[in-house]
Amino acid sequence: MINKNIDTVSELNNRTDFESNRSFPRQLEDEAIYIMREVAAQFEKPAILFSGGKDSITLVRLAQKAFYPGKIPFPLLHVDTGHNFPETIEFRDKLVAELGLELIVGNVEDSIREGKVKEETGKYASRNALQTVTLLDAIEANKFDACIGGARRDEEKARAKERIFSVRDDFGQWDAKKQRPEMFEMLNGKIEVGENVRVFPISNWTELDVWNYIKEEKIEIPSIYYAHQRQVFFRDGMIWSDSEFINKSEDEVPYEATVRFRTVGDMTCTAAVSSDADNIDQIIDEIIGAEISERGARIDDKRSEAAMEKRKQQGYF
Amino acid sequence: MDILRIATAGSVDDGKSTLIGRLLYETKSITKDKIEALEAASKRKGLDFTDLSLLTDGLIAEREQGITIDVAHIYFNTPQRKYIIADTPGHFEYTRNMVTGASNTSVSIILIDSRNGVSEQTKRHYYISSLLRTENVVVAVNKMDLVDYSEDRFKEIKESFESTVGKSGFEGQNITFVPLSSLYGDNITTVSEKMSWYKGEALLPILEKIENKEARIGAHEVPARLAVQNVIRPKTTEYHDFRGYAGRIASGEFQVGDQVIALPSRQISSVKSIIKFEQELTSAKAGESVVLTLEDDIDISRGNMIAKVGQAPEGTKAVKAKVCWMDSTELTAGKTYFLQHGVNVQKAKVVSIDSVLDVEHFEESEDRTDIKLNEIGLVNLKTAGEIFVDKYENVPTNGAFILIDPMTNNTVGLGFVQ
Repeated sequence: MINKNIDTVSELNNRTDFESNRSFPRQLEDEAIYIMREVAAQFEKPAILFSGGKDSITLVRLAQKAFYPGKIPFPLLHVDTGHNFPETIEFRDKLVAELGLELIVGNVEDSIREGKVKEETGKYASRNALQTVTLLDAIEANKFDACIGGARRDEEKARAKERIFSVRDDFGQWDAKKQRPEMFEMLNGKIEVGENVRVFPISNWTELDVWNYIKEEKIEIPSIYYAHQRQVFFRDGMIWSDSEFINKSEDEVPYEATVRFRTVGDMTCTAAVSSDADNIDQIIDEIIGAEISERGARIDDKRSEAAMEKRKQQGYF
Repeated sequence: MDILRIATAGSVDDGKSTLIGRLLYETKSITKDKIEALEAASKRKGLDFTDLSLLTDGLIAEREQGITIDVAHIYFNTPQRKYIIADTPGHFEYTRNMVTGASNTSVSIILIDSRNGVSEQTKRHYYISSLLRTENVVVAVNKMDLVDYSEDRFKEIKESFESTVGKSGFEGQNITFVPLSSLYGDNITTVSEKMSWYKGEALLPILEKIENKEARIGAHEVPARLAVQNVIRPKTTEYHDFRGYAGRIASGEFQVGDQVIALPSRQISSVKSIIKFEQELTSAKAGESVVLTLEDDIDISRGNMIAKVGQAPEGTKAVKAKVCWMDSTELTAGKTYFLQHGVNVQKAKVVSIDSVLDVEHFEESEDRTDIKLNEIGLVNLKTAGEIFVDKYENVPTNGAFILIDPMTNNTVGLGFVQ
């Protein structure tokens, strides 16, 4: 229902009172389910790219709904940097067992051992950028022709321009200027052998939509999204989780703090936020009041203004 | 809660990105880190103000050239409603981009620079809005600060729009004119004191009152159609004989007990259940993704349609359609394409071209055998198998199709059934 009273506009100064921030628009679920069903029908061997983060968990839920009472017709593909939060892996394995899914893991470790990529060195060493090679290898080895991902257009401005069916060439590359027009709901998944498509069913969701959906659907998520005690240290204005995978300098002394993660990547590229939010309602409140965007906590995006676009051109998810 | 989809169109310097930046800013939809990043980027460019357009120009080439290349999707919300803006470039492959951005929207905002008035671009944007039958058009006369907020100038532009652009072929269309300044935020969320002569509302209140087109397409009187995406057969012990038809309802409403016809088999049955995950519904309407089960085992597979008996579309292999051409290789008479209508794909041959409109110069020609990029042609197509279309003006969600080039697999055209 739309409030016909224009006063709503002058009340814009308090976002915490927005009714629209507190409920999930069901059209977004209908749209995502439609997309899932198109993937199943148009491709021979699709997979869900699963990171263990809230967006990919949401995808699993949508796939479950799309084919109910049948089973999810896609395996999960996890690109494992070897630097995961243990809580995420535990969660992944439990979900796979519960739903009886097939899990395929591509290891960045293997790509390093095979000499396909070189481990980064120095203070900011991360395997985030190396994932691309492992992902492309896994796609090729398993002959996946469609990979369903949880990227959203509100996350980042290069993503704001990506289509729902995003065609990648033999090298996994995205060409922003040659995207297929997508009109009404019609999705064209025709490709040549060797090409593949990245599919983004939750393109039109915002971060809050995902959280409200998780709340309304009572979806389980890894414990690190909720406030917990953790050894952390401070670097470049962000809170980093202390781990054996991060090269700390001498003055970076770890301390214990109550934190949670707003986004979950690997341990070397995801910053924590200081928070006491230990349930979903508090998380939603926190996000509504947040002054920092979600990817503001992604160290990998901060490398340059065009960091995301450059990685996408090279085949990054 | 509903989502209103908006398309914005304008020429290069009409200040479209600034307007969007302003809407985000005023609705508090930009977080602090993004504002800080904008301020820093504006400084690096040597600007003495915060350039809100940098929010939406997302590609490297766009930032370098200060222009928009591809359709960007932007999200914001007001207390009651969510908005999705498809920001379409005005100058670069405008037909392709605007059609892409505007195909699903309830509103088109067409920007005009108050200093330049109605341009050729304005006409094109308006033409495309009418072709798509976009129900609401808001003509935003921007940069009023640069013409001293002059009422006369606004009136002049309004009259010029009404006389040069003329009447659209779409009678139900609502056109609203708003004078504004995106740079200073005049008439964006509240009526500006600088234009006390303006008796209408500010832009955002206008948008807040617009009725979502989804509501109308799902009305009970609209003929019901569901294109079958998948046939669900779990073959488990619990669901041994289960056979469900998964799809998103394109128009109208289905209820349990409705007499339905499967197309093209033309076999008749009735709706046994409407399933949405673990829920069983008694009815579902346009936009909903559901699984239908029927009382009888009849012949239905992917790409088929389920419609209500008495209001089913007639099958045809001959289609007349207006086609927007979006590829640098022209459409040619005699050539075969894939025609994708909803989820049904058929081979289709171009039999003949009645006429072609050059949207660049608004010239129509009748003796053509091809349609070039950004042109719109009236085309006769012959499909290999039957398709079950409605006229676009009657049931828009069942009256459009795309054409796919079998050589490149690219989506090369959009058709509106006449």
